[in-house]
Amino acid sequence: MAERCAVVGVGQTNHSSCRADVSIAGLVREAVDRALADAGITIQDVDAVVIGKAPDSLEGVAMPELWLADALAAHGKPVFRVHTAGSVGGSTAIVAAQHVMAGIHGTVLTIGFEKQSDGNAMWALSVPIPFGMPVHAGAGGYFSPIVRGYITRSGAPSHIGAMVAVKDRTNACKNPYAHLHEPDWTLEKALETPMLWDPIRFIETCPSSDGAMALVLMSEERAEKMSGPKAWVHATAMRSEPTAFAGREQVSPRAGEMCAEDLWRKGGITKPAEEIDVVEMYVPFAWFEPMWLENLGFAPRNEGWRWVEDGVTEMTGSLPVNPSGGVLSSNPIGASGMIRFGEACMQVMGTAGEHQIDGAKKAVGHAYGGGSQFFAMWLVSSLKP
Amino acid sequence: MSEADGIVRLRQPIGVEYSWSAGPNATSHLSGLMNGKLIGKRCPSCTLVYFPPRNGVCPKCAAILAEDVEVGPKGTISTFCVVNVPFLGQKVKIPYVAAQIVLDGADISMQHLIQECEADEVRIGMRVEPVWKDRSEWGPTLESIAHFRPTGEPDAALGSKAGES
Amino acid sequence: MRDVAIVATAQRPSQIGTQLTSVELILPVVAEAVKNAGIQRQDVGFWCHGSCDYMSGQPFSFVAAVDAIGAWPPIVESHVEGDGALALYEAWVKLQTGECDIAVVFANGKTTSGPIDRILTLQADPYFVTPLWPGFDAMAALQARACLDAGVVTEEQMAEVAVRSRRDAKSNAVAHLKGDYTVDELLSGPYTTAPLRAHDCSVPVDGANAVVLAADDVARRLAKRPAWIRGIDHRIDTQRLGARSLTTSDSTRIAAEKAGVGRDKVDVAEIYAPYTHQELLLRSAMGLDATTTAINPSGGALVANPAMAAGLARFVEAAEAVFAGRADRAVAHSTSGPCLQQNLVCVMEGD
Repeated sequence: MAERCAVVGVGQTNHSSCRADVSIAGLVREAVDRALADAGITIQDVDAVVIGKAPDSLEGVAMPELWLADALAAHGKPVFRVHTAGSVGGSTAIVAAQHVMAGIHGTVLTIGFEKQSDGNAMWALSVPIPFGMPVHAGAGGYFSPIVRGYITRSGAPSHIGAMVAVKDRTNACKNPYAHLHEPDWTLEKALETPMLWDPIRFIETCPSSDGAMALVLMSEERAEKMSGPKAWVHATAMRSEPTAFAGREQVSPRAGEMCAEDLWRKGGITKPAEEIDVVEMYVPFAWFEPMWLENLGFAPRNEGWRWVEDGVTEMTGSLPVNPSGGVLSSNPIGASGMIRFGEACMQVMGTAGEHQIDGAKKAVGHAYGGGSQFFAMWLVSSLKP
Repeated sequence: MSEADGIVRLRQPIGVEYSWSAGPNATSHLSGLMNGKLIGKRCPSCTLVYFPPRNGVCPKCAAILAEDVEVGPKGTISTFCVVNVPFLGQKVKIPYVAAQIVLDGADISMQHLIQECEADEVRIGMRVEPVWKDRSEWGPTLESIAHFRPTGEPDAALGSKAGES
Repeated sequence: MRDVAIVATAQRPSQIGTQLTSVELILPVVAEAVKNAGIQRQDVGFWCHGSCDYMSGQPFSFVAAVDAIGAWPPIVESHVEGDGALALYEAWVKLQTGECDIAVVFANGKTTSGPIDRILTLQADPYFVTPLWPGFDAMAALQARACLDAGVVTEEQMAEVAVRSRRDAKSNAVAHLKGDYTVDELLSGPYTTAPLRAHDCSVPVDGANAVVLAADDVARRLAKRPAWIRGIDHRIDTQRLGARSLTTSDSTRIAAEKAGVGRDKVDVAEIYAPYTHQELLLRSAMGLDATTTAINPSGGALVANPAMAAGLARFVEAAEAVFAGRADRAVAHSTSGPCLQQNLVCVMEGD
């Protein structure tokens, strides 16, 4: 059977729209050095490296893990690259954990990064292939109709998205690494921001960031020898489905539901909303918080927005969501999923600082990508499984 | 090259040209658009009709979409968004509507622009029809259609098969 | 460690300038591999795909591939940006965790829809190397020159590799370049990127392939003679050509040691060597003796190089040698990056 695995070190960069002060390698090393310091080991102690990032065209380097082997002092070691769209940060951490769970390596370093400012994202992501009509609407144009579908189905009032956004931006002020530090948002002000992709307002969208997240994972035998706090990996899950097919449910994709069901089953969770202390959820557009609350089985169908309205997902609520400020406050695409996974670890390790949820014992990291079709989740705990 | 804060930055443009093939199974769809026709493809396994036929396969059944089916031209809006972002090079005045439209006879929606009505009049279930560009501008792309406009017919309920919420 | 084996494979004849999309390339080989294993899609516990966006000319190009495998109901699936051989490694790791018993690995490479030499050059250091646009062939030529100067290889030996590969390819339906040539004939040709001649460089083709892996009793049930993976490992070297020896391959040597290549006689070795001199280097780094081991009896990547699927193709060929009893012990190798920067080695055995 699979071996136990613990995260013993978490490190991330200071995320911002343009980290012009560092190279791609420098950005990656900033996160790596912080993770290694957090774990109390050196880069020589690492057995293998697992790297994830979103499309290579964002920086213009094909398979950059090859070139980054130098910056990671990985000569003579295994370096493995994962790419699963927006969920990549999550799936990369899972692949890294599996190297440990399978008993192949004792100490694995995993990294998710993106340096969007080094390339031209609008160009990199638009290739003139003739199957779609170029409506020039961007990612918001893709997801906004899905949000409209949710609003229509659930009867949610139109201010819910803004409430999520204000919460996340306020939480981000307690997170020194967050890209956006905007302490002065109120719901009134948020509702005054323009509708970019009606029903999505300006405040309800994520920024574009440079950033990286790194984690150090160890086998039980090695982790036991470390004196610092640990986040034990209780369960991991991934699911994928096609982008588009006749009759596809896009508001609450089946792959997301199955991913969560699998996670709860493997982690022995029967009442997620009661048993989970904090969730780091992939919410690039604010409305996805209530949508994922339902999709993951926390809230009943069409009730997710009421939880937002009732403050359940505030840091002081019974199920805090994104105390770090979430993707709405920092979005280095290839790192965003791993930031969710790493922040979940920080919560159960008790190292989240000002955005710590007191006494958090079980936390969930969640990531998704593509057209809401690739899902990755993990469940971590301060307690050994 | 620029130097700020004592750090050298350089711009390195990268150009790579590709010749891209639509593949034999989606070609009739694109040829149709060059000739003012809306050609979808039927899955031999689940019998649903794809427009556009994406990669020439039914993703649910992993089956090649072999049979051509003419669809539309009218369709029904399944959902939409109102775009207020002034994207670079955008030719349409904001706000404008980007809608998911299920063409009659098709089982999957496609995205297109809605024009010739106010953005706030657009609703789920609205019946629309294509407005083709001048014949001289037709090509193997959905851009052969300038936009869709309301037909004035009563709203339609979407079949469950096509209900992309 | 669980016993994990390749139980079925599929590949199609490679083409130049295929009109098929990547999805249309993948769909039939995945369907065929699944059929060859005697299973249904629903029996597959994990899917893993290897491909490269820059070769497809499209960001997130792999997303379309889930259309080709019938990902409904939703599946457990992952993707590596790289050769399918690395996807196979991920699937092997997954099977080792015990989370599933059957995995399908597939890869696609359309090398002829874009300028492959330029595309692969984008793997280089973006600050100091790519702006010079050295070219992938030219970097390999630098390595060949270093090997020739060091006396590690000769131009005759390099031509012999090409002659043998093209001759062996005659019996391989998927190979593109095949026939009888002589060393003298090949050496009379001009240099293309000196010291490389045309015959020293692989033929870029479009292709796809798929492999079914299974664990323990499931593998025994699905195949008459499974190709058991007895060792698999991958390692990386520095990319900087000036910072490593170009006449050896440390990463290959370490991976081969970890995989246990030298523990017993190897009957067949399928080596992903896109250039003739690289096969000679790799043989030496893995400690293979060409007098006792059949090297690339399929013709290898020189006669058909669907980059990103070419490493997985070596697994297909090596496993088929085990299935058919042509090998009791076989090695499959894959490489990635300029001048053999990253290498993966796998040892397979029949019962």
